[in-house]
Amino acid sequence: MENKLINITLKVWRQRGPKTKGAFETYKLDGVSVDSSFLEMLDMLNEKLISERKEPVVFDHDCREGICGMCSLYINGHPHGPDEDITTCQLHMRKFKDGETITIEPWRSHGFPIIRDLMVNRTAFDKIMQAGGYVSVNTGGFAEANAIPIPKRIADEAMDSASCIGCGACVAACKNGSAMLFVSAKVSQLALLPQGKKEGARRAKAMVAKMDELGFGNCTNTGACEAECPKNISITNIARLNREFLSAKFKD
Amino acid sequence: MGCFIFNSSIGRKLVMSITGIALVLFLTFHAVMNIFVIISPEVYDQICEFLGANWYAIVGTVGLAALVVIHIFYALWLSIQNYIARGTDRYDVKANAPGVEWAGQNMLVLGLIVFGFLGLHLYNFWYEMQLPEIMGQEPAVGSEIVKGLFQSPVYCVVYMVWFAAIWFHLTHGIWSAIQTMGGSNHIWLPRIKTISNIWATIVVLIFMSIPVFYLITNLLG
Repeated sequence: MENKLINITLKVWRQRGPKTKGAFETYKLDGVSVDSSFLEMLDMLNEKLISERKEPVVFDHDCREGICGMCSLYINGHPHGPDEDITTCQLHMRKFKDGETITIEPWRSHGFPIIRDLMVNRTAFDKIMQAGGYVSVNTGGFAEANAIPIPKRIADEAMDSASCIGCGACVAACKNGSAMLFVSAKVSQLALLPQGKKEGARRAKAMVAKMDELGFGNCTNTGACEAECPKNISITNIARLNREFLSAKFKD
Repeated sequence: MGCFIFNSSIGRKLVMSITGIALVLFLTFHAVMNIFVIISPEVYDQICEFLGANWYAIVGTVGLAALVVIHIFYALWLSIQNYIARGTDRYDVKANAPGVEWAGQNMLVLGLIVFGFLGLHLYNFWYEMQLPEIMGQEPAVGSEIVKGLFQSPVYCVVYMVWFAAIWFHLTHGIWSAIQTMGGSNHIWLPRIKTISNIWATIVVLIFMSIPVFYLITNLLG
């Protein structure tokens, strides 16, 4: 099979630390295989930079199969690049044209301060999870998984919500820097199931309070999060979170 | 319950939705009343007289003003918070995400346009009708003011632009308010979006028909 190679220009955001001012640097990269993944292309760039005794570009990545939520990158105006329903690590160079200029930026949001170059600090999401994204009722020892019957529709919906990998693309895409899609998916995946339902009110209140405290914005239902989410998380989760939160507050 | 309508994001958004829906209900009533200026100016004048500066109309007006003030105050509050949450550095390249409506991304600008024209509208009508009556003077006749104002094609166009901005604002606003109150799921999300579009279109078409009617009548002489 013929291995097609393309030449590209990269406009990459470089920033030495959270407090320093960043700027775009332009790099030319020749002979990139269209079969290589986007991150392999960045590896290529870094090898080139190292051989030229320059600082490599810092970016987040881990599993490289779209399930860990570590990779980020705002590519040509889209979180996780121009392709739909995939993470950056699943993006391939065949999506780009020969001679194209590709602009790579970090997630930009008050809630995700830049650590260096394209790497941002997403511990805010961990803090929101710690605030209530768990089940603390005693479920006993190993039990038959189907001991509690759960309708298929509910199980599917909970699974869809649970497919959120917490990458932060929703926050990156949102013009309000809102984390509602993430929080609502994490509230929904538990609220839908009997074990999680018991603490639904406390969970919704605690997680929303933490989200607000960490400086994420207010959702205005633009739907940009859903459109850019690599896991296709629906904004109907946000409506569920609103229901959970408001009914909990009105009961107080 | 505390004061979650002040200190939580969802609570603040709830205030936006409730005031928004209340204003949409008012607009719907206003549109239904307005259409009579074409169908039967006498009936229209009777409605104007019935409302006039009676206690219920005054209560309604004050209530409406409060709704508008709260809606705008919360809109600005939320927008400032959102502006800060967006961070200091902006994206260099911003592409449109598929399926994201333009209106939803520009609610503040649309709202400001609607509010700006509202000032003109109050000057055109309220200043001539309810205000003199409150001051104990003789109010102008409603249908005459409408007819007089829309003799000018410029005013017809100005009002049509205003209605267009209201249409955009409502197409997003109605379903967004229902979503914020939690009234959406996989089945209902497309439904409330459709209801939103239909409702906004009906209300705005009724409003729009009045300047269009006068524009055409004047053109035909």
